[in-house]
Amino acid sequence: MSSEYSTDELMDYDEVMRRFDVVLGLEVHVELNTRSKMWCGCSTEFGAEPNTHTCPVCLGLPGSLPVVNKKAVEAAIRIGLSLGCSIAPWCRFARKQYFYPDMPKNYQVSQYDEPIAFDGEVTLELDGERYVVPIERAHMEEDAGKSVHMGGSTGRIQGSDYSLMDYNRAGVPLIEIVTKPIFGTGTRGPEVARAYMAFLRDMVRALGVSEARMEQGNLRCDANVSLMPKGSTQLGTRSETKNVNSLRSVEAALRYEICRQGAVLAAGGRVKQETRMWNETGEFTTSGRSKEQAEDYRYLPEPDLVPVAPSREWVEELRASLPELPAAKAARLRKEWGFSELEMRDIHGSEGALDLIEATVAAGADPASARKWWITELARQANEAGVPLAEVGVSAEQVARVQRLVDAGSLNDRLARTVLAAVAAGQGEPEVIIERRGLAIVSDEGALAAAVAAAIEANPGVAEKIRGGKVQAAGALIGAVMKQMHGKADAARVRELVLEQLS
Amino acid sequence: MTTDIYRADALELGRRIAAGEQSSVEITQAFLDQIDAVEPQVHAFLSVDHHGALEQAAAVDARRAAGEDLPSPLAGVPVAVKDLLCYRNLPTTAGSRILEGWRSPYDATVVRKMLEAGLVILGKTNLDEFACGGSTETSGFGPTRNPWDLDRIPGGSSGGSVAAIAAWEAPLAIGTDTGGSIRQPAAMTGTVGVKPTYGAVSRYGIIAMASSLDQCGPCARTVADAAALHEIIAGYDPADSTSLDVAVPAVLSAARNGDVSGMRIGVVTELGGEGYAPGVEQRFAETLDLLAKAGAEIVEVSCPHFEQAMATYYLIMPSEMSSNLARYDAMRYGLRVGDDARHSAEQVMRATRGQGFGAEVKRRIILGTYALSAGYYDAYYGSAQKMRTLIARDVEAAFQQADVLVSPVAPTTAYRLGEKVDDPLAMYKGDLCTIPSNLAGLAAGSFPCGLDPNDGLPVGFQVMAPVLGDDRVYRVGAALERELRAQWGGPLLAKAPALAGSKLKGDSK
Repeated sequence: MSSEYSTDELMDYDEVMRRFDVVLGLEVHVELNTRSKMWCGCSTEFGAEPNTHTCPVCLGLPGSLPVVNKKAVEAAIRIGLSLGCSIAPWCRFARKQYFYPDMPKNYQVSQYDEPIAFDGEVTLELDGERYVVPIERAHMEEDAGKSVHMGGSTGRIQGSDYSLMDYNRAGVPLIEIVTKPIFGTGTRGPEVARAYMAFLRDMVRALGVSEARMEQGNLRCDANVSLMPKGSTQLGTRSETKNVNSLRSVEAALRYEICRQGAVLAAGGRVKQETRMWNETGEFTTSGRSKEQAEDYRYLPEPDLVPVAPSREWVEELRASLPELPAAKAARLRKEWGFSELEMRDIHGSEGALDLIEATVAAGADPASARKWWITELARQANEAGVPLAEVGVSAEQVARVQRLVDAGSLNDRLARTVLAAVAAGQGEPEVIIERRGLAIVSDEGALAAAVAAAIEANPGVAEKIRGGKVQAAGALIGAVMKQMHGKADAARVRELVLEQLS
Repeated sequence: MTTDIYRADALELGRRIAAGEQSSVEITQAFLDQIDAVEPQVHAFLSVDHHGALEQAAAVDARRAAGEDLPSPLAGVPVAVKDLLCYRNLPTTAGSRILEGWRSPYDATVVRKMLEAGLVILGKTNLDEFACGGSTETSGFGPTRNPWDLDRIPGGSSGGSVAAIAAWEAPLAIGTDTGGSIRQPAAMTGTVGVKPTYGAVSRYGIIAMASSLDQCGPCARTVADAAALHEIIAGYDPADSTSLDVAVPAVLSAARNGDVSGMRIGVVTELGGEGYAPGVEQRFAETLDLLAKAGAEIVEVSCPHFEQAMATYYLIMPSEMSSNLARYDAMRYGLRVGDDARHSAEQVMRATRGQGFGAEVKRRIILGTYALSAGYYDAYYGSAQKMRTLIARDVEAAFQQADVLVSPVAPTTAYRLGEKVDDPLAMYKGDLCTIPSNLAGLAAGSFPCGLDPNDGLPVGFQVMAPVLGDDRVYRVGAALERELRAQWGGPLLAKAPALAGSKLKGDSK
């Protein structure tokens, strides 16, 4: 039974860190975005009427046979190469056998001891610290259908009157990426796991092989963790937390499990080898099925499919055409732009920002300005509109043009912000908006000088201080002038005029 | 005039239809009449499509009348199809209660190819449940009887297909062969049956028993008829990834040629001797003499690992089968037991499988499940795969010394119904000679070579050829047929006793 709260004893995280070392293991399922399913021509489109994307093959009807989707194999190889894996010259599919109504054949066609990609490595950087995540394998498999439990109040199987099956998702291609045990994450295990998930998400998007929408289940993580007392080399018993479907949850679930296991061990207890479910709202895990007796999947080499034997030429072709991966790209750009770790972190925190800044720089803006617009003003507007940054309504090219006007002195920062907001609101091109709303800086020296003189006259005390050498008091006069000019003045020029008139 | 139809070869019927001498409707009706007449005794069919068959026949006649070229030499000729192939017009049961009443929404590739070739599908034939057996006695719908002696089994699992041919209910039939399921029943009914090279005929739409062994093939009364049907059903199918993307060997011309002069015919020493009925051995030896007289060179070859073929087969077959049959769980189609809102899905699955499957199928599912279990896999399934490789190497070496390998098809002639039902091991031994071809993916055929002098029942002669050497099987089969018919004065089937009510007239050869 699941409940709304947890009764688990938890140890303080720092205390656990003092007494134990953390060992992680992550299994991530990536749902590919191939147009057709793994073994048949059915569409993989999300959200269709139940059972409309099915055929004899993905329904597992008697006599039907699978045929492998070459695009899925290609995606698997590209993912494998991007993870630094070796690609098997020859590998087979295997049947993983267990009975469940959402599996039309009562076996899942997967890969067992012959994965298409194996032995890779991912290096992650967290605030300048490097963490290595060793990759055990990446293999191909098919997704299952979906059970919908009817009646009852919870939508869960317990208490339901009957269940309906939707096989639209059955046979959609998945790549499962499995790490080796991850050691040496110190106190930052949960963060490393989160960074790893973010890395995979960005990687499969850059490869164009998955939509990688975690909320739609395109990227699903099973997070394994165990503790071993400091100084021990004996691996502890692990728990496997399922249903971890956001970056934040990966970190939170692992943190929770670490604290829970710490308390169990500290009390002299034994961690049970089991599957745990992550409760997204309550932020705790609950016990799922026990894995004390290891399930016997009776793996069998799939006799209905011929082995997959990607030629070396094909693999090298795919390797040569791999896009620059986000992590490598970020490192390169950081160097080119001369940004600090901290400045880069803001960029990583805002999805899509890196590409937009790169495009803005390419359109002629300097990196610092490009960064400034995208992670402050435009990020704020995207946030308010609830859209991804790339859909904020302003192009990199437009940002570069606005910045060019700032550089030329025709706009100041405040005016530029107004212009960008208007572009985002769909009012047209920056130049048109500036023209229509008269947003350009007033460069009429006579008008400026008059405004400065008026400000001095209105603030005799301030003027006196400046005359007496307190130059920093000029700010008050500049502010007054800017107010009078409705902000459409070049503040630097105003300052010059103030100091000139008072000298 | 209709007696003339029954004894005619399928190719002759096709010729008459194409020439306008006889209509497909007339021919089809004749076979439907014979089915109605003798089915109560033989029970070769699980379903008969009177209406659909006549419609298909009429369509062929209409095309001919319109001056169109007919799509194949067998256009308009009726065929019976083993009820393991999916066919939209009729229920598809695999001989199992668990699929009773199920209608496939699609046609097997072989069915589609036959319909495209203008063949007329009479009905679906009986078989051992999910093709598990060598006698059709494990069928969930009652056994088929051997037209030569109604107290005897017709062999299996394609017993219904060959019995239909032997009882003159159909001139052609489709069978499937996983360990001998076409060849052994063909031998026991005095008919011709060929298991093509693995991958030669698409398995798409054929209910799987053991995927790496299953192969669909033709059953007929003559070698040329079998070859003609073979050419129609064979060929690459993109829907079956194990199907071979190569040209179909020219089996019909080989069947018409039948020249074995200079051919090296290898007698496999391991397939004979103890456990083989004397009458079977006698006919086998005589047939070898005939082939030698026809110009073939007889050589002895040894395949030492054939001794382990049965053990190997009875690990690999049940392992794959236990997996292939997992899908019959009442969730999506077929029988459903205990769905009364008080039982869980798992309980319904268990009850349905408990009631829907017969004893032999359950025995094999348990064997296979055990062989694949953690801790046993290497010892059982793993070892069996290694042995399979060794058997394939033996065969490869043997084909260095001989162009074809030969043996009896089965150690005995047809036994009595019920005789071995309680002794599965005795029944499994009936597959000794046929299993190696499935393990090695070879082409192999069974050809009638006379009657056992001790019981007067048909004996079969097996010819095995290397992968894609299907034409050699037909070449030797045709030579045998020619020589033996000359000796007998006609086909062996003419010696079969007449069935009560049969539409055939005994004197109308």
